Amino acid sequence: MTVQPNNQIGLQTVSIKSREKPLGRDDLARLVARDIKPGSFVNLGIGQPTLVSNYLQPEQDITLHTENGMLGMGPEATGDQIDGDLINAGKIPVTELPGASYFHHADSFAMMRGGHLDICVLGAFQVSAAGDLANWHTGAPDAIPAVGGAMDLATGAKDVFVMMTLLTREGASKLVETCTYPLTGVGCVTRVYTDMAVFLTGPDGVQVRETFGCTFEELQALVPVPLVPVPLKAAPAVGP
Amino acid sequence: MLNVMDTVEEAVAGIKDGSTVMIGGFGNAGQPFELIDALMDCGAKELTVVNNNAGQGDQGLALLIKEGRVRKMICSFPRQSDSWHFDAKYRAGHIELELVPQGNLAERIRAAGAGIGGFFTPTGYGTILAEGKETRIIDGRGQVFETPIHADVALIKALKADGKGNLVYRKTARNFGPIMAAAARHTVVQVSEIVPVGGLDPESVVTPGIYVNSIVKVA
Repeated sequence: MTVQPNNQIGLQTVSIKSREKPLGRDDLARLVARDIKPGSFVNLGIGQPTLVSNYLQPEQDITLHTENGMLGMGPEATGDQIDGDLINAGKIPVTELPGASYFHHADSFAMMRGGHLDICVLGAFQVSAAGDLANWHTGAPDAIPAVGGAMDLATGAKDVFVMMTLLTREGASKLVETCTYPLTGVGCVTRVYTDMAVFLTGPDGVQVRETFGCTFEELQALVPVPLVPVPLKAAPAVGP
Repeated sequence: MLNVMDTVEEAVAGIKDGSTVMIGGFGNAGQPFELIDALMDCGAKELTVVNNNAGQGDQGLALLIKEGRVRKMICSFPRQSDSWHFDAKYRAGHIELELVPQGNLAERIRAAGAGIGGFFTPTGYGTILAEGKETRIIDGRGQVFETPIHADVALIKALKADGKGNLVYRKTARNFGPIMAAAARHTVVQVSEIVPVGGLDPESVVTPGIYVNSIVKVA
């Protein structure tokens, strides 16, 4: 069955890759890890994106960057490995791998802003159809704002992957026409990995690569932006 | 001329009320706790403090904030699970906050040390943190004009200094140290070890001694 390259699908069933159930957090992390091209330099954001490191394979030869001044970050430190001078951006003790390097904060963000990082993976409150990202501030009047490196990561990496649940607890789509939360970056998100589908954002609109636990039509009914199905082979691994 | 101080109290003695003080560290890594404690004891108040965070737990910068000595924080990430002293002061309206994206914070500090009058950066473009700032489209990308952050004093932590004030750091405790050392008019460094001149490999020096005014060994 052929895939129609637009949204005029009517009642026709669309043939994109589909799994029976929504993905759990670990399955989603495994999927993101699989999509990172070998040899990439990658920054994993705090929270759910950190799980991706559990599924990177040694043969992928991925170098992890942490914005507090290190390339070649290893797994979380345990026991005697814990060293207060060796932490990640989430201030968790980590380890260093052979070939690691340290540098100061301005260099760390220069390599980010300068487009040297291939991919960063971030969490999100909302992503818009145009790839705008909102992930740092709810805008609530009593919230204490804290941005950290989120804006720099969103703006600097060649590809920005978002990992999030598709729906809020109230059932609203976090993939939206226009973000209502304060923005982190404009037009920066290239892929959105959710428990129900993988979306590609860009000039061609929002494309759906695969769905989990729902059909394309069911997905479209949940998401208030026009979706276009694309076959999996059109969205290969990303990296250098 | 480098001052080698015997105590942290001597090292911070010149800090006056109303000073802008850069404090190194990302979380607790590289935070010069002993110098901050001495700053607390010296009584200076109405401080503007530049740090990535706004204090953790009940130590260091968090206590300086708790005691009401900080008028303004310039930082990227004040809110943490254990930033209760900052949170209380902020909610009570007793502390001013200038929130800066972390890379802009680092580059603004670097610019001050490098004599740069400002720079355009894509970070923050189109967000509320760019409101009121000059913007331009450069090479097709929206960019925001950011200005340098200068300081009267920097308090930082390094692993070793030699008798010329050359510094080496340890792992991710380096973070803001090198750029703050260059940005401040007066830089005070606490180190674990002071070695004689010639005791550091010149190829491995991270912060050249030209940026360092005082060093003090902390056990």
